[in-house]
Amino acid sequence: MYYSRPMRVTGRVGQAHPMITIDHLTKRYGAQVAVSDVSFSCQPGTVTGFLGPNGAGKSTTLRSLVGLATPTSGTATIAGRRYTDLPNAGRQVGVLLDAGAQHAGRTGREVLSLSAMVLGVGPQRVDDVLTLVGLAGRPAAKRLGNYSLGMRQRLGLATALLGDPQVLVLDEPANGLDPEGIFWMRGLLRGFADRGGTVLLSSHLLHEIEAVADQLVVIAGGRIVAQGSKQELLAGRGTLVRGPDRALLHRALDAAGIPVSPGPEDALLADAEALAVGQAVAAAGVVLTELRPAGGEGLEELFRSLTGSAGTGQQVQEVLA
Amino acid sequence: MSTSTLPVDQPRPVTGVTPPSLLTLVRVELRKSYDTRAGRWLLVTIGLAALAVVAISLFVDDAPKTFADYFSFTQLPVGILLPVLGILLVTSEWSQRTAMTTFTLVPRRSRVLTAKVLAAAVLGVLGVLAAAVASGLATVLTPVFTDQPMDWSLSAAQAGQVLLVQVVYVLSGVAFGMLLLSSPLAIVTYFVLPTVFTIVVNLVSALDWVRDWLDLGTVTQPMFEGELDGQGWAQLATSAALWIVLPMVIGWLRIERSEIA
Repeated sequence: MYYSRPMRVTGRVGQAHPMITIDHLTKRYGAQVAVSDVSFSCQPGTVTGFLGPNGAGKSTTLRSLVGLATPTSGTATIAGRRYTDLPNAGRQVGVLLDAGAQHAGRTGREVLSLSAMVLGVGPQRVDDVLTLVGLAGRPAAKRLGNYSLGMRQRLGLATALLGDPQVLVLDEPANGLDPEGIFWMRGLLRGFADRGGTVLLSSHLLHEIEAVADQLVVIAGGRIVAQGSKQELLAGRGTLVRGPDRALLHRALDAAGIPVSPGPEDALLADAEALAVGQAVAAAGVVLTELRPAGGEGLEELFRSLTGSAGTGQQVQEVLA
Repeated sequence: MSTSTLPVDQPRPVTGVTPPSLLTLVRVELRKSYDTRAGRWLLVTIGLAALAVVAISLFVDDAPKTFADYFSFTQLPVGILLPVLGILLVTSEWSQRTAMTTFTLVPRRSRVLTAKVLAAAVLGVLGVLAAAVASGLATVLTPVFTDQPMDWSLSAAQAGQVLLVQVVYVLSGVAFGMLLLSSPLAIVTYFVLPTVFTIVVNLVSALDWVRDWLDLGTVTQPMFEGELDGQGWAQLATSAALWIVLPMVIGWLRIERSEIA
């Protein structure tokens, strides 16, 4: 097997005080286990990508973090306190769990104005965040029933940013955003983290978050299957090799004692340095069309191996899409 | 797009921020009751219905023409429609799924629910005030359109009991909303269940005691004239326990414990 299972890469050792701590979190609904013994933490100044197929337990974990669900066991804390014990939660943690969960009859500005009253921030702040997310002017005066999903996501981000929080918890914020919008959101989250903020965002699409995340936490079937810094997870995981005759290539690598697993499309992933792979292939006289260090394929392969059992294959395809 | 317009200080302590006051939360809930088209039209309809009722009693010859009479009549549309606003105050959070935002901003759910109960009571008082304005208008116009003089007399008992009965009705709506968490289900149940209850307890003579002690409609009838007496207060308490306290307690506990999704 290409990766051990379950794998845990310890990232950022030595940073003492995590802002978000999920500790042995388990959530059961009757006999069904939605989240099982999930633990990870998020440091200030970083973006954590929480990645997994639909139904893997991402939303349940995030709902437990912000007090909307009660864990069966384990804890989820912000700066050492349960969310429900925070004095004014919205001023400390900006939350966007479902952009569709807003009253269709209210205008964008009205939604923000209501939240601003609760948070105790002025109307100027409402204008500021509307400008920040690109909804100032006419869009702010439209009712949400007339908003596209992308506009709702922007409004949800505006709501999350309204209280000028130190922490952002976002569930699938890129859903419905166009490529330009996703690029914009990455910049916004990167800037937030670079100023000392802590970001935890989930996605079922690897490419949406790999560009912005410092740390990746991968969940499948309610369990953490991999976590660590993006570099650790994505880099140095063998060599991708491709040739006109896949079977011949496979035999050549087997003969050299190099472990091989299926790669993306018709490629193979060899668990060895490029030099060793090249030597093995040359010795066998096999033709190559591609030979390079495996990059994102490492993580893709991880998904395939860890979540690729029967029934979840389609979900894995979604993650890798 | 630039993110530089958002000043985020360097790591700040997660302390020193005060939670929103109950008064703030009540103001937020009141605003939620009229900032949607449904809410605004319901309020406008209540006002128009009150005006329609006084217009009818003004122009129907044998209807009594004092302020107290107008005031009593106008309570009918207010008492029917205002509880719907109380129901929506709770159920729209679930029907429109805004509960997610509401309870992440204020994770202590009982504070939100308390604010909703207080906001509903305020709406009840405002409904009575609207009825009083419509009644005042009709009283002023009485000498113009009829041969009767203006009669402004209103007993303190009637004013007080009318205020109380409207608050009781709107809180009953809130309680049904909390119990059922669905706008259509709560509205239908709120109107059908007490009506069926009233019909049944009036048909079966063996159930007279139920009618006298547990039927909110029967028990509150004298309050519109300010005529609730000693035993009536006790009967109001037992009926309110069945139609307000019981559904509200069950619904409240469920909301406190349930998962918001």
